[in-house]
Amino acid sequence: MSVRRPAPENLQPLKFVFTKENIKVINEILLKYPEDRKVSALLPLLDLAQRQHHNWLPKAAMSEIAIILGLPMIKVLEVATFYTMYNLHPVGKNLLQVCTTTPCWLRGSDDIVSVCKSKLGIDFGETTSDNKFTLLEVECLGACSNAPMVQINDDYYEDLDKEAIEKIIEDLKNGKQPKIGPQSHRKGSEPKNIKVVA
Amino acid sequence: MISADNIIFKDLHGFDGSSIENCEKRGDWDNTKSLLEKGSDWIINEVKASELRGRGGAGFPTGLKWSFMPKIKNKPHYIVINADESEPGTCKDREIMRNEPHKLIEGTLLAGFAMQANHGFIYIRGEFVEEAKVLDNAIAEAYKKGYLGKNACNSGFAFDITLHRGAGAYICGEETALLESLEGKKGQPRLKPPFPANAGLYGCPTTVSNVETVAVVPTILRRGASWFSSIGNKNNTGTKLFCISGHVKYPCVVEEEMGVSLKELIESHAGGVIGGWDNLLAIIPGGSSTPLIPASICETVNMDFDSLKSEGTGLGTAGVIVMDKSTDIVKAIWRLSKFYKHESCGQCTPCREGTGWVMRSMEKLIHGNADIKDIDALKNVCDQIEGHTICALGDAAAWPVQALIKHFRPEIEKRINNYKNLNLIAAE
Repeated sequence: MSVRRPAPENLQPLKFVFTKENIKVINEILLKYPEDRKVSALLPLLDLAQRQHHNWLPKAAMSEIAIILGLPMIKVLEVATFYTMYNLHPVGKNLLQVCTTTPCWLRGSDDIVSVCKSKLGIDFGETTSDNKFTLLEVECLGACSNAPMVQINDDYYEDLDKEAIEKIIEDLKNGKQPKIGPQSHRKGSEPKNIKVVA
Repeated sequence: MISADNIIFKDLHGFDGSSIENCEKRGDWDNTKSLLEKGSDWIINEVKASELRGRGGAGFPTGLKWSFMPKIKNKPHYIVINADESEPGTCKDREIMRNEPHKLIEGTLLAGFAMQANHGFIYIRGEFVEEAKVLDNAIAEAYKKGYLGKNACNSGFAFDITLHRGAGAYICGEETALLESLEGKKGQPRLKPPFPANAGLYGCPTTVSNVETVAVVPTILRRGASWFSSIGNKNNTGTKLFCISGHVKYPCVVEEEMGVSLKELIESHAGGVIGGWDNLLAIIPGGSSTPLIPASICETVNMDFDSLKSEGTGLGTAGVIVMDKSTDIVKAIWRLSKFYKHESCGQCTPCREGTGWVMRSMEKLIHGNADIKDIDALKNVCDQIEGHTICALGDAAAWPVQALIKHFRPEIEKRINNYKNLNLIAAE
């Protein structure tokens, strides 16, 4: 299991409040679950809070959610520390997650890792001094037929090689949006000689 | 090789488009009302007769599973779709969700109707943000057309679908962990019994089914159980999505007949093994949890539940991970051990402690920094994890290592002896 702890106190903001727009979103989310089962909204609410708070989850947001759902704080803390998509520490503007599980590793994820580390000058778990990039090693992201791949914030970048990941990082450094999805010529996970049957 | 006529997912790779209009042109939502009018018993019996087996890994007969739901309803019933696709080597449900979303949504309605469930949840892994957007949009389209809602497809049956995103935990692909997660808790598996069909989501009767399983049901009902069961072999029927990854020329996801030969699958769709078939070392045939098979078995084995079982492995999720002779096989399996160590939920001691132990032992074996007797100790630890935990993650962590020892013991011993010899030379 992965042991995860909230960020130290000196990094924790004192207060967290949902924006007016997000309070509307929360009310919509709550409608999706049966009347006496609103606790089901815990995961979506943590995600919403993280999106509002520079892609990381402070304890103040957890206690705000605990109040909204009528839960003890410890229940929220338990869940937030269990699921790896909740970032418990501040992260850079681009959260770069490299998959290194076997299917990606077989297709050269070691090369992708070394390009990321050398181009960014950081190791796994670190953030660049300009706060633009955080680099993480992650487990299988479910795009194995398009390996190797990385996820940057919400987007998948697949069919990578050294040149492709270099260019993606370069683009992001220059504030440009790289092409999302496979960096090869294909659209998705189709075979080379696709026969269109439709 | 599958004939074009038998392909269920006609736009698996998204060339046509996933909008409801495009999906309708491909046959989705075609007079769904008439299927509903035939009744829930008819649906379950058709699914039983088709011999469809669950596509999530365990291969349990789907119709039988659905028939476990109580016939008399005194609590809400739920249908939950397991879209938490996280098994290394597996990327098939992703293609259904982003390219053929209406097959899944229509299938969920039909499954829900068959089990008297008025509410369906689709639990999708959190990292699939784009796929969740497509599904969300597709669900909204279906409501707008009246296919979902208070009077779904004008049948008088009320049905709602809620899309629920996970947050990065492999274990939530285990059905009871998924239900815990859906209830807003840590995803730790529940003891069974009670089984979800009796006490599942919110303590109510629930059936959890995989995306692919549910998405093929509308086509089975339209074309008939006998059409589906005529493809493949007895008890291993129908078509199946295969995800081919690793050392092949063109990794891909394809639909094929159940029981296609592994060699044909790789050679006709993925362009063959890199460096040719003779360069093949081993294949993991059904996602990371299934035991690997060496090239000699790959030569002849067919890709279905029973054929792979008789070779000591399994079809699992049909995530075919190909490894050629350049692969450091010990390191490849060590990486899986690292995965299971990371993903253990921590609830059962044999798994929580054992997965870490296995990973560290495997790490030593990569370089041979161990004793011959450590191989037996490692096997012993694996045997003690297997079968001694609440869920199958413990088994899944043990199997790849047990298979490595079974098929590649001489390679491991060679590394240990080489390491010893090198150290002796260094000492001299």
